[in-house]
Amino acid sequence: MLVKIRGMSFSRGHRPIFDNVDMDIHRGKVTAIMGPSGTGKTTLLKLIGGQLKPDAGTIYVDGHDVHRLSVKELYKLRRRLMGMLFQSGALLTDLNVFDNVAFPLREHTKLPESVIRHLVLLKLQAVGLRGARDLMPGELSGGMARRVALARAIALDPQMIMYDEPFTGQDPISMGVLVKLIHDMNDALGLTSIVVSHDVHETASISDYIYVISAGKVVEHGSPDKLKLSGSAWVKQFMNGLADGPVPFHYQAEPLLNDLMGFKS
Amino acid sequence: MSIFQKLGQFTLDAFARTGRGTQFLSQVLLGLPSVLMRPTLLIRQLFMVGVQTLLIILVAGLFVGMVLALQAYIVLVDFGAEESISLMVSLSILRELGPVFTGLLFAGRAGSALTAEIGLMKSTEQLSGMEMMAVNPMKYVIGPRFLAGVISVPLLTLIFMAIAILGGYFVATELLGLYEGVFWSQMQAKVDFYEDLVNGIIKSLVFGFVVVWISVFEGYDCVPTSEGLGQATTRSVVHGSLAVLGLDFVLTAIMFNV
Amino acid sequence: MNTRTIEIMVGLFVAGAMAALFMLSMKVSNLASYGGDEGYVVKAQFDNIGGLKVRSPVSAGGVRVGKVSEIAYDNESYAAVVSMDIEPQYKFPKDTAASIYTAGLLGEQFVGLEPGGDEDFLKAGDVIDLTQSALVLEQVIGQFLYSKAQED
Repeated sequence: MLVKIRGMSFSRGHRPIFDNVDMDIHRGKVTAIMGPSGTGKTTLLKLIGGQLKPDAGTIYVDGHDVHRLSVKELYKLRRRLMGMLFQSGALLTDLNVFDNVAFPLREHTKLPESVIRHLVLLKLQAVGLRGARDLMPGELSGGMARRVALARAIALDPQMIMYDEPFTGQDPISMGVLVKLIHDMNDALGLTSIVVSHDVHETASISDYIYVISAGKVVEHGSPDKLKLSGSAWVKQFMNGLADGPVPFHYQAEPLLNDLMGFKS
Repeated sequence: MSIFQKLGQFTLDAFARTGRGTQFLSQVLLGLPSVLMRPTLLIRQLFMVGVQTLLIILVAGLFVGMVLALQAYIVLVDFGAEESISLMVSLSILRELGPVFTGLLFAGRAGSALTAEIGLMKSTEQLSGMEMMAVNPMKYVIGPRFLAGVISVPLLTLIFMAIAILGGYFVATELLGLYEGVFWSQMQAKVDFYEDLVNGIIKSLVFGFVVVWISVFEGYDCVPTSEGLGQATTRSVVHGSLAVLGLDFVLTAIMFNV
Repeated sequence: MNTRTIEIMVGLFVAGAMAALFMLSMKVSNLASYGGDEGYVVKAQFDNIGGLKVRSPVSAGGVRVGKVSEIAYDNESYAAVVSMDIEPQYKFPKDTAASIYTAGLLGEQFVGLEPGGDEDFLKAGDVIDLTQSALVLEQVIGQFLYSKAQED
């Protein structure tokens, strides 16, 4: 088990985001974390990465309690284990594609420039963008930026990659490319992947295990097939994208007739 | 919310901001040694922050010096003391206008750009991304910009002072017909190196430190939305300028023993 | 813009600032006249120094030869003691007189030295005995009016 979350609670201001959450992320598997927008899925990744600190509970990554590490140890853990793919790509805007992918290598290794060049070209080849190495981030489409970011995330050969909403706002083709990449990376490099998403269909197609969270709690977890057969009406609505169900179509309001006629209940 | 609640909220926010700013500053200062190990980043920022502010400093300095000479002439000619133009120009430039003008122009030109740039890097998750790549943005992004700003302001101030005095010299000798020798000798007789020039430079060091601190912090601390970024940029310029003017009063009171 | 251009621009920027500093210290301020650290200090007592200040010029025959380095008040002789920093290349006889003059009617005040005929020269720490205090304008006008009144 690579990541183990036990009794974790987190709140922002007075708004609770997570309430006593337990989760396990297994090595070598694709684990998806799904839920409606605004349920703090990105927050969860930042908690695992040690950028945020939970109010209660513990998060273990590879046996280390992330929030008890010193800054130095945390940086070492991130360098050794974690890659993260941000929703926007988070490419450094003043460096071109090549330099962006080379950035972690140059910062953390003392490899000669010729070796770095080889590594960068290989990583770019893996995401199919070797030809785009001289472009600036501003010249890339959203999907390409995410692929470059992926190449950068695997530059230091981490054991785990966290994907933050990798499919949001992508056209079907780049969505297909990203789905294939995440799947292939996981198989070919033996990575552990955590995918945060609300694109049910794409996510379910590549994940081995799914956690569905809502209102700060894990509502359901299991393999994709198990979730499809879930008895919970809420999970059914979410997995099938139904307009009405336990989450009502109408925001809470007076009965329509009362409103139209100006009655007060 | 009642007006008292708002007032209380405002006060607490201000204290919280000051606290975060101080914490931020200590982190930046701790990261500075490693900035010095990477001169390439520093030189790049010196260009962005210093060289790109140079033009506005040159133009502003030239005109301030020229206007001062004209104004001095108008006042002094009534007393037959137009020989003292150079003294009036140089003392006001060295003691006050050089450091203050440079501080204000820097806050408006480079300070706002620093805030916007860092804020944009925050809102596009570049800072978070660096942290997750185990690169400390304090050392890679904030540190070089901070140091470049702190170095640039005194240098820009010196250039402003020199060009303003040359502007005054041009007006006094070419337009008002003062003798060149009189211009320089009057100045040299009365302008003191330590009392006037060094004090002016000390002022510019203080202004540079505070203005850069404010603008870098506002960018780092901004709410990562387009609205938050706009507010942060405005705050950076307003607070930076007010800090320059307020500190100028304090420093002048200390330096000239009044 | 490539790295080399940036480096050159930054280099020019720093060089420009240094040139500005040089001009401001040598041409605008009086740093050049601070050079005379090897100068010697002589003292003189005055009953009244008028508007004389530290760093006021000291001149002989209209040539600037040094500056006032310190002004103190002596509790025993009840007089002002002015220390003057004289540049080393200028020499004055022991019996030189010091007076406080005003440049123009309302201009700044300075110490004027009139050399005497002694064979020995003033050394560091010597005291000039022959002094003449500053003319205070109010006193001069007062005396003038008083003498006019007596004439009538």
